[in-house]
Amino acid sequence: MTRRKSVIPGFGISMGITITILSIVVLIPLCSLVVFSAKLSLSEFIDTVTKPRVLAGYYVSISTAFIASLINVLMGLILAWILVRYDFKGKKFIDGIIELPFALPTAVAGISLTHLTTTNGWVGQIFYNLFGIQIAYTRVGITVALIFIGIPFVVRSVQPVLEKIDKQYEEAAFILGADAKTTFKKVIFPEILPAIISGFTLAFARCIGEYGSVVFIAGNTPYETEIAPLLIMSKLQEYDYSAATSIALVMLGISMVILSVNAIVQANVSRRVNGKI
Amino acid sequence: MKKRLLSLILITALGAAVIGCGNNENVAAGDNSEVPKSAGEKIELTNVSYDPTRELYAAYNELFKAHYEEEFGQTVEVTQSHGGSGKQALEVANGLEADVVTLALEGDVQVVADAGLIDDGFTSEFELDSSPYTSTIVFLVRSGNPKKIYDWNDLIREDVGVITPNPKTSGGAMWNYLAAWYYFEQQGQSEAEILDSIKQLYANVVVLDSGARGATTSFVENKQGDVLIAWENEAFLSLAEYPGEYEIVVPSVSILCQPTVAVVDEVAKKHGTEDVAKEYLSYLYSDEAQQIEAENYYRPSTKAIYDKYVSSNDSNTITEVPADGKWINNNIALTDINHFGGWAKARADHFADGANFDSIYEQ
Amino acid sequence: MELRKENKVLKYFLITISFIFLGVFLILPLVYIVITALRDGISGYINAVSDEYAIKAALLTIQATAWAVIVNTIFGIAAAWLITKYSFKGKKLLSTFIDLPVTVSPIIAGLIYVLTFGRQSGLYPILDSYGIQIIFAVPGIVLATIFVTFPFISRELVPVLTAQGTDEEEAASLMGAGTFTIFRKVTFPHIKWALLYGVVLCTARAMGEFGAVSVLSGHLRGKTNTLPLYIELLYQGYDFTGAFAASSILVVLAVIVLILRLVIENKGNKELDLNK
Repeated sequence: MTRRKSVIPGFGISMGITITILSIVVLIPLCSLVVFSAKLSLSEFIDTVTKPRVLAGYYVSISTAFIASLINVLMGLILAWILVRYDFKGKKFIDGIIELPFALPTAVAGISLTHLTTTNGWVGQIFYNLFGIQIAYTRVGITVALIFIGIPFVVRSVQPVLEKIDKQYEEAAFILGADAKTTFKKVIFPEILPAIISGFTLAFARCIGEYGSVVFIAGNTPYETEIAPLLIMSKLQEYDYSAATSIALVMLGISMVILSVNAIVQANVSRRVNGKI
Repeated sequence: MKKRLLSLILITALGAAVIGCGNNENVAAGDNSEVPKSAGEKIELTNVSYDPTRELYAAYNELFKAHYEEEFGQTVEVTQSHGGSGKQALEVANGLEADVVTLALEGDVQVVADAGLIDDGFTSEFELDSSPYTSTIVFLVRSGNPKKIYDWNDLIREDVGVITPNPKTSGGAMWNYLAAWYYFEQQGQSEAEILDSIKQLYANVVVLDSGARGATTSFVENKQGDVLIAWENEAFLSLAEYPGEYEIVVPSVSILCQPTVAVVDEVAKKHGTEDVAKEYLSYLYSDEAQQIEAENYYRPSTKAIYDKYVSSNDSNTITEVPADGKWINNNIALTDINHFGGWAKARADHFADGANFDSIYEQ
Repeated sequence: MELRKENKVLKYFLITISFIFLGVFLILPLVYIVITALRDGISGYINAVSDEYAIKAALLTIQATAWAVIVNTIFGIAAAWLITKYSFKGKKLLSTFIDLPVTVSPIIAGLIYVLTFGRQSGLYPILDSYGIQIIFAVPGIVLATIFVTFPFISRELVPVLTAQGTDEEEAASLMGAGTFTIFRKVTFPHIKWALLYGVVLCTARAMGEFGAVSVLSGHLRGKTNTLPLYIELLYQGYDFTGAFAASSILVVLAVIVLILRLVIENKGNKELDLNK
């Protein structure tokens, strides 16, 4: 590794610690995933990962994660907004429980959400009797679980940015005759957009891979409510390691793509912002 | 002050890790010692089993502990692991250090043997193909049988919601599938017709759980579906746990399920637990153990004890656990795995990738 | 001023929506857990949480969490320092790899360790000859827990260190201070609140991990069953009261962690204000 000379000492030790731990925890195990799926030929690999049932699994995972993350963008934005801009009773409380989905075990969340949303659960029966909508054991149920999982991401990435936006710009915009809507659209929104995207991608990536909570609430019916991580799990249980690792590799690829898209978006934004200055 | 706070947290964390680590070393030492245990020492035994046997082995382990202490003067501590039978077999094959496996079917034990952990001929190591107890597959329906479900052909009616686990991950579900297959075969259907009937049955499945217990939970606690295709022992357990809420319907035909037990030779050798492992499994055939198996709604293999539990009432609907404890219903025609050419063939024909079960989900 | 007046309706509308949303998605499940846990009365609850296996599972969870916090703290500080204080080739790639675990499905996280340390792996005979068991034992659970919380601490530190810049460290270095002196006297005071916040997040997430641990635990009762796995076990054993009672332990721990977080944030903010 080459580097520009820095006068701060400690490069060697921090690099050493970082690379060692990173290798043991992440890199070497990930390599074994690649090595293992390399036991299949390319055509076998493609065949495995494009079976209709597997494709349906990706579709269920991605579509429910996408919808859940969109809902979380909207709600996350509203939550971040009220937490930063308004004073009201219970604000501290709301701020405090945002991370709850992080702290609550996914299995516990899955079990209690399932109990609440079955057709005889507290919430489920209301929806079932009034609208005929069944939540648990359908894709709606999966989406509900994923909304729960993804709540903290958008709020926590938008909130700090919103806090830092200089009120002067808004005031200036207001003085120049812009109404609230225009001010939000032209002044605030562009500022927080990168944070929204970053929150969305993280929530999205996390939701695609979510297993613990979803497995309880999904009906696990092939083509309907079978998520991709469950497919990996069932391939494992069928002694089919190569299929499991192949599907896992595809999902890993999807995570990488999502992360990279986010990185590119963030880089472009910071370039644009820096360019302005 | 703040520095102190921070160091306090770090020290607490470190302390917790070290304490935990200490515990863990004790466990590891017990696990890996290669020296055979001397009298008076505590022996640790790990039994990896399938989903519905939790209650059975909780009771049996107590019995065995007392028996072993009396006979050999040593205390045995049995650690249990339960899960879908296929998954459990795979984990043992992958290095989960089980001294004995007590799985839902011979095919799953074969997986462990194929990994080189169990010596050949495990099915003849103990009596009766190494199955100390058997079970069968029955239906569990809601009280009063509102959907009028009496036999396998009712399960393919359009208005019936079925709960059964995924045969690709659950041993019990394989038995379910094979029992259904046998019924349609007995109806004189051709193979294509049977496949079509099975397809209709699985089209009615509301929740396809990965293990028998998950399926029971979906049916019993979350009130999904109209009928649960279940292990007989699971069905009776639900009847006992929720009196008045469910009924067992005994279909006209079903399959004799033979859960298989085996000593995991390689691991037992390493732990020096071969003798106690062997004793653990052969004691399952003793009268005391057979009694416990029968009390937990497994069909005992000892004739005398089996007969003790045969019900005088052979009605095909069982609304409650018989007060006299005689629960075995003999009014059912049972086939067995040999009808399907043994597990290797059954697996290849029905459950392998791209075989019959996969084909019914193709669109 | 006028802006605010205009938004009164909007304000209460948004606040109401937020309360309903969080009420349904966060509070209701919690209430449900507590009510179900107490279905059999207080004594039933106490029996359930003081069960031998429940306590063992809780200890194992605490142990795995502690290890995850320690390793991730060391790693987080080293990695954040490396990323923010120096420029070198491959830095972007390094950051991506550090972030990767958050987006990897927990199932895959478990799977990769099974592949690396399981019986079919080339490493297994070597480890086995030393009597080291990684998966289906405590070390595997610890590794999986570290994995799922991997970037949490470095992620909190990087923005703070970036904002702080490198001037102070450079000055200290030119004045002849060594690495650890610089870190302790110059850098640490800046990052301590962020570090604590990272530790809290890491603790919270580590306690509740289910998927990854489930793949490589082996579910040995009393040995490799963490609290979330123990809850699943009870749940499937028809012991719903027990399952929700054990869940409530985790809920309480989660709430404690969240309260800690608020306290830390408040203290941190106050200190920042003083510095200004």
